[in-house]
Amino acid sequence: MPENSEHVRLVYRQMVMSRVMEMKLSSLYKAGKIVGGVYLGKGQEAISASLGSCLQRGQDVFAPLIRDQAGRIAFGESLLDTTRTYLGSALGPMRGRDGNIHRGRPLEGNPAMISHLGTSLSVVTGMLFAKRMKGELAGKVGATCIGDGGTSTGAFHEGLNTAAVEKLPLVVLVANNQFAYSTPNDRQFACDNLLDKAIGYGVAGHYVEGSDFLASVETLCHAVEQARQGGGPQLVVADLLRLNGHGEHDDGAYVPDQIRHSKLGRDCLDVGREQLVSTQLATEEEIDRWWEEAREEVQQAVTTAQMEPKPDPYKEEWSALANQDYRNRPV
Amino acid sequence: MPAAPSITYIDAIRDAQRDLLAEHPEVFVYGQDVGKFGGAFKATQGLQEAFPSQVYDSPISEDAMIGLAIGAAIEGMHPIVEMQFADFSSVAFNQIVNQAATHYYRTGVPIPLTVRMPCGGTPGSGPFHSQMVESIYSHYPGLVVVTPATVADAYCLLKEAVLAKDPVIYCEHKFLYRWLKAENYRGDDLPIGKARITRPGKHATVVTYSAMVHEAVRAADRLSEEGWEIEVVDLRTVKPLDTDTVMASVARTGRLLALGEAFPWGGVTAEVVARVVQDGFHLLDAPPQRLNSRDTPVPYHPNLWAAHRPTPESICDKLRQLLTL
Repeated sequence: MPENSEHVRLVYRQMVMSRVMEMKLSSLYKAGKIVGGVYLGKGQEAISASLGSCLQRGQDVFAPLIRDQAGRIAFGESLLDTTRTYLGSALGPMRGRDGNIHRGRPLEGNPAMISHLGTSLSVVTGMLFAKRMKGELAGKVGATCIGDGGTSTGAFHEGLNTAAVEKLPLVVLVANNQFAYSTPNDRQFACDNLLDKAIGYGVAGHYVEGSDFLASVETLCHAVEQARQGGGPQLVVADLLRLNGHGEHDDGAYVPDQIRHSKLGRDCLDVGREQLVSTQLATEEEIDRWWEEAREEVQQAVTTAQMEPKPDPYKEEWSALANQDYRNRPV
Repeated sequence: MPAAPSITYIDAIRDAQRDLLAEHPEVFVYGQDVGKFGGAFKATQGLQEAFPSQVYDSPISEDAMIGLAIGAAIEGMHPIVEMQFADFSSVAFNQIVNQAATHYYRTGVPIPLTVRMPCGGTPGSGPFHSQMVESIYSHYPGLVVVTPATVADAYCLLKEAVLAKDPVIYCEHKFLYRWLKAENYRGDDLPIGKARITRPGKHATVVTYSAMVHEAVRAADRLSEEGWEIEVVDLRTVKPLDTDTVMASVARTGRLLALGEAFPWGGVTAEVVARVVQDGFHLLDAPPQRLNSRDTPVPYHPNLWAAHRPTPESICDKLRQLLTL
């Protein structure tokens, strides 16, 4: 068994947990139990969990995007934070003030995303910048995720360029799932490969097939390690396909069958299972047990959040300011 | 013989930053050309030399400048971002209103960020180096917006802004940078959120802020020759807005002119009038009036620029009209 076998097994279990959670979220949405949207990362678990699993909560920074349930779990987000936010529990980190994937615990190195793509690159850069000013940066890494569509934003450009200028340990994972909502790559960018952007920004570049579980673990951990060792920003591009619509309201009918049935359309959980079994890192029975355990844990987290109080508009503190003096004055 | 006033408005801004950097290691300055060069207007001159680990040049990336500052603020720092011109903050608008302004409400983690906005016109600056931004940012929950009009306020409001927990849009008027002088920074040290009566009067109230305070005082001087006593209220902070001081003044005078340099649609002057009408309709002896810039981009030529923003003449005209209504 390779020396990182425990880590590889852990990443796969996190992927299983994520898939089970997302299937449950989808059911709850379709049953009308979740308001707003549900945005899933089916098919992107391998890269997402690989990245999250290489980071240390409380030390590193991880700013996930909408398809990073697996990465969130791998970075140590509790299942309750997920279910409480989706189900609008007043006890969750967002307390009903924000929902679904817009959740986080910034003081634990886990910023809560806004919907505007690319904005997290500079925010994570700033967190690393501050750690450097405080003399606490050594050995730490910040990571964030984006999609193919997000690379077209000005914020992506400004953020990555700034991180490169400052030579900060920022890992940017681009999940190129071929479609930004319905827009295909050829209407999104004109370069041959998104990885070419690394050259332009003066940062290291890495490529991986996102459905290849073992390759994803290896590539992401290598990129994170390079950043940790002082190698500056790392751009990781993963080609894959999201195996669901943009959100659960969308059937993804715009994805041609040809792509669905290509190598891109493989399910990283199937590929990973095969890889684990064939390399004897896990047995079929073990993996089945992981699924069973995940179902129980997810159900528990859903049940708990469902029984909790919802936010009360009569008790809500309707102020967006932290400073008590300003809050007490009329707006 | 007392020394001639020699401390300028921009000196106050520079010295407030110097004092903050010296006293608070969590404060840092970030922006385009703010380092060795000392900033486009020299508002950070000498600061990098004195505090090399707290003053940094940024790329021309307004979005990322604010994003970086937000990240640093999450980590407990108190960043001061200099927008080279307030106009360019439109590029950072998203990070300011969607990331910084929503952060505390959403997550419970405050963002003690100050954005210095060199705003307002000077002759020849044209459409993209002259804009006022206080109205647009005041619209968003989660932001504090200050508009100092005096040397002492430039100093004390900046110090309070940077140490405050919330994101503060600090609007510094470029026209005042070198023209406005004082002997020292000592003022009444009113906090953020408190307006000041700059000039007492009894026939009408002008509620204004930033450089327009001085234009209003000039207009009031002229009208005093005609026997009118005009009260000038300097809001100092447009959000939170000190409605109490405004209302008390209108209660004394019965007439209101809300005066600002921003574009006329909506904004601070409309907000002032709306509040007075809503809560103090019975105090009014005449319909409240507004005077703003014209509803065009800020023009380049000094002749056009001077007529685009309110002037002592146009303020006097408006006040005479108000006084006879």
